[in-house]
Amino acid sequence: MAPQVSDSAASRIAVAATPPELIRNFCIIAHIDHGKSTLADRMLQVTGVVQPRDMRAQYLDRMDIERERGITIKSQAVRMPWAVGDTPYALNMIDTPGHVDFTYEVSRSLAACEGALLLVDAAQGIEAQTLANLYLALENDLAIIPVLNKIDLPAAQPEKYAEELANLIGTDPDDCLRVSGKTGEGVEAVLDRLIAEVPAPEGDPEAPARAMIFDSVYDTYRGVVTYVRVVDGQLSPRDKVTMMSTQTSHELLEIGVSSPEPAPSKGLGVGEVGYLITGVKDVRQSRVGDTVTTTRNGATEALGGYRDPKPMVFSGLFPIDGSDFPVLRDALDKLKLNDAALVYEPETSVALGFGFRCGYLGLLHLEIVRERLEREFNLDLISTAPSVVYQVTMEDGTEHEVTNPSEFPDGKVREVREPMVRATVLTPSDFVGTVMELCQSKRGQMLGMDYLSEDRVELRYRLPLAEIVFDFFDQLKSRTKGYASLDYDNDGEQTANLVRVDILLHGDPVDAFSSIVHREKAYSYGVMMVGKLKELIPRQQFEVPIQAAIGSRIIARETVRAIRKDVLSKCYGGDISRKRKLLEKQKEGKKRMKMVGSVEVPQEAFIAALSTDAPTSDKK
Amino acid sequence: MPAQPDGETPPADGSLPPQVAGGAADRSLSLYVHVPYCRTRCGYCDFNTYTVTELGPGASRSDYRATVAAELDLSLGVMGRAQLEPRAVSTIFFGGGTPTMLDAQELAGVLGDIRERFELDSAAEVTTEANPDTLSPAYVRALADAGFTRVSLGMQSAVPHVLRTLDRTHEAERIPEVVQWIKDAGLDVSLDLIYGTPGESLTDWHTSVEAALACRPDHISAYSLIVEPGTRMGVQVRRGELPMPDEDDLADKYELAEALLASAGFGWYEVSNWAIDEKHRCEHNLAYWRNADWWGYGPGAHSHIGGVRFWNAKHPRAWSDRLRAGRSPAVGREVLDDTTREIERLLLGARIHRGLLLDSLPESSAGLIREFQDSGLLDPAEADAGFWTPTLQGRLLADHMVRRLTDFVI
Repeated sequence: MAPQVSDSAASRIAVAATPPELIRNFCIIAHIDHGKSTLADRMLQVTGVVQPRDMRAQYLDRMDIERERGITIKSQAVRMPWAVGDTPYALNMIDTPGHVDFTYEVSRSLAACEGALLLVDAAQGIEAQTLANLYLALENDLAIIPVLNKIDLPAAQPEKYAEELANLIGTDPDDCLRVSGKTGEGVEAVLDRLIAEVPAPEGDPEAPARAMIFDSVYDTYRGVVTYVRVVDGQLSPRDKVTMMSTQTSHELLEIGVSSPEPAPSKGLGVGEVGYLITGVKDVRQSRVGDTVTTTRNGATEALGGYRDPKPMVFSGLFPIDGSDFPVLRDALDKLKLNDAALVYEPETSVALGFGFRCGYLGLLHLEIVRERLEREFNLDLISTAPSVVYQVTMEDGTEHEVTNPSEFPDGKVREVREPMVRATVLTPSDFVGTVMELCQSKRGQMLGMDYLSEDRVELRYRLPLAEIVFDFFDQLKSRTKGYASLDYDNDGEQTANLVRVDILLHGDPVDAFSSIVHREKAYSYGVMMVGKLKELIPRQQFEVPIQAAIGSRIIARETVRAIRKDVLSKCYGGDISRKRKLLEKQKEGKKRMKMVGSVEVPQEAFIAALSTDAPTSDKK
Repeated sequence: MPAQPDGETPPADGSLPPQVAGGAADRSLSLYVHVPYCRTRCGYCDFNTYTVTELGPGASRSDYRATVAAELDLSLGVMGRAQLEPRAVSTIFFGGGTPTMLDAQELAGVLGDIRERFELDSAAEVTTEANPDTLSPAYVRALADAGFTRVSLGMQSAVPHVLRTLDRTHEAERIPEVVQWIKDAGLDVSLDLIYGTPGESLTDWHTSVEAALACRPDHISAYSLIVEPGTRMGVQVRRGELPMPDEDDLADKYELAEALLASAGFGWYEVSNWAIDEKHRCEHNLAYWRNADWWGYGPGAHSHIGGVRFWNAKHPRAWSDRLRAGRSPAVGREVLDDTTREIERLLLGARIHRGLLLDSLPESSAGLIREFQDSGLLDPAEADAGFWTPTLQGRLLADHMVRRLTDFVI
């Protein structure tokens, strides 16, 4: 029988009355598909908080999209009891989002822990995002426990990757635990090791209460559920609480822990992890990184590390059916309740009609929002090519912040600044040459290169974010047969020689196709876009020139020749009904055409022109 | 043949709604007879046709005439019950398939069966389609004796490699001789051509049109090859074994045909049809395009009576089984409302020389009519005289013109 906590010992780890030395807070750092959710599920089972018959595969990933994509967007915390000898412990497993866009959320999850499992697929080795999160964990002084997962796989190479992990964190390869989330092998050893190596939380039980919000989730029935880690003092059910960044106060309607189903408690004490429900309806009022204190006798100084979420990538979202605009607006209003980082404002495009300019943390965030809008709200959407935020200084000293290429100012520009990222690429050493070539072609500046092991290399580059959001990831994957992985984090800005390239149809600019590119790449971009549009725009009754231009200077041109034949030659008696139905269908199709000046452009052309090179983030 | 259109299920006895009788006296009546047999199926053909002549009781070639006779009786009953006054038939057309796969006596017999039941207009046009290699001088004479007035001969091309691609088995050299037999029998003759066959050059097409003209027919139709999905050619194109016909190439060939035919004295009267003079136009096809009443007999045949379109079961067995059981072979129909009838009037009339009277069009379309003249799609002199007559460029863009024109109706 597993060392589950006996009923008599359980009272020693009752919620709100557990001494910090019996608490262990930890998270799991892992790449998508390396088996984090499976291992987590297995822990729930081994510790007895979920009965095998209730086990849903990947209990912790709740949203459909997450389950389908195998990624965790929203984290949660689960309290699990575990005994070592006669001593019961409360383990809090804090789930972390697994993607680059959510680096800040990851950092807050890490800040709520004292230790981390570094979980790596024994057949694949560490990936760039895992490495980035590992560095974050090391910065936060977390105890790192290396774990190789999927040792049951025939392709597993535990010796090789144990060596790699040991090199990274400076330990002995023998210290790497080996588990199989699938069979359960080694899971109990992981729990024992957590208790042995992860430090107990420290805090002042007598000080005013301070708890850090590491997640905030909107629930249709309960409003916002806020997940916190108590650092000092105590939160009790009857308290009124204050969010320190906004100084807003709320009644505590419920306080408790998830195990894994939510269970109200008598409060939360030092080192404990749980949830609060205050009745607020918008996650913006309960922000990740913020400090919760009691309204009466509250703390005066917030815990460090809070940051406002800042959108880094913008794109326009337009309903394909213009009459869906109100539906899109309501849908965004609903998504916003659960997504503090999503920003949007109405936008009108000559070509695409009414829509919204939306700001996202990054590409995955963009895709998730778009997918949820389409799936949960049944919307058909066009999204314009993603753009970053440019700071433009004019000769006369005026400043513009440009999030939409069509708003890039005409006239005398003194300076344009663009956001930069520090990118880490992990690649098999065979592909180092091609990856370096790619980074250079994307205006990257090499910062360094390290061999993690004999055949795996870590490359560090400073790159313009705009290049990453274009098609960097796809190219990286295709050049390395899918083996390379990428992570990046914001790294200030740089001035660059950037210009706006417009695309004109029959002399009329199409706002949705405007793009800001480096001057040296303007020509090739222009040629590429007009070439693509030539294939997508149907022939009209007149010749249609397609041009790319910087200001009034044309840099590329293609022509869609006038259509000469638009008639079905045959029309016997039996063809008449069919012909009439075809006519009705064509008229329906025409309604889905957008008029750009006098040119009819099918929606499909917009979608294809905007999406072919649109980035796809790691969907694996 | 593509699937039949969607429609409602007609009554089992084929009865028509009473409104079909309205205005019937002003509409002519035409008959179509579908003969579903062919010696071989051509790779491009999507018509309702069968190479197996033993299709079972009622459907096989030997039973065909009797089954059509049953359908003739049924149609008389339906028209009578709908209070449609008997009208003299103005045109009859035998199409297929290959009507001349029937013996001359059988084909003549079907026409005889019609004449027993319907009065024919004294100047009635009676056409049959024919494959060049099914005809003989005796066959043609038998047609003339039975009352046929016209043969529409499937020449398709005069170029051997084009005929091969089309799976046509006849020899190009045979056409002038066959045309002469038809003329000698005193029948009118149309040559039917296809352009745009994969591999056909502009010169090949030039050769074919010249060859057709050299036979001195009184009527020529030229249809661009349409690659239909589900045909063997459609599959070959999809697999990339044959190139898809190029629209610009088709436009070139259409313009070439117009130039050659016009200089030989032929005038177009519908986008794909030319006649040496007005009285040699195909009145039967014009009846379709003018929304006359016409009843189609045979498997898969369509009919139009007073704003009701209906169509028969496609397969010969299904068609004959219904008739043998005393039921109507019609399996679907559409009862057209006034708007739909107006759309059909426009979409059919727009393809015809003087096909619409401008003062019959919605007043709000006046600007469009001017625009069409300005952009060279409508003949301005004709328009001044009150007629819708598309120019050569307009004929090539007729579907575009129809889409614009019908914007004023729907």
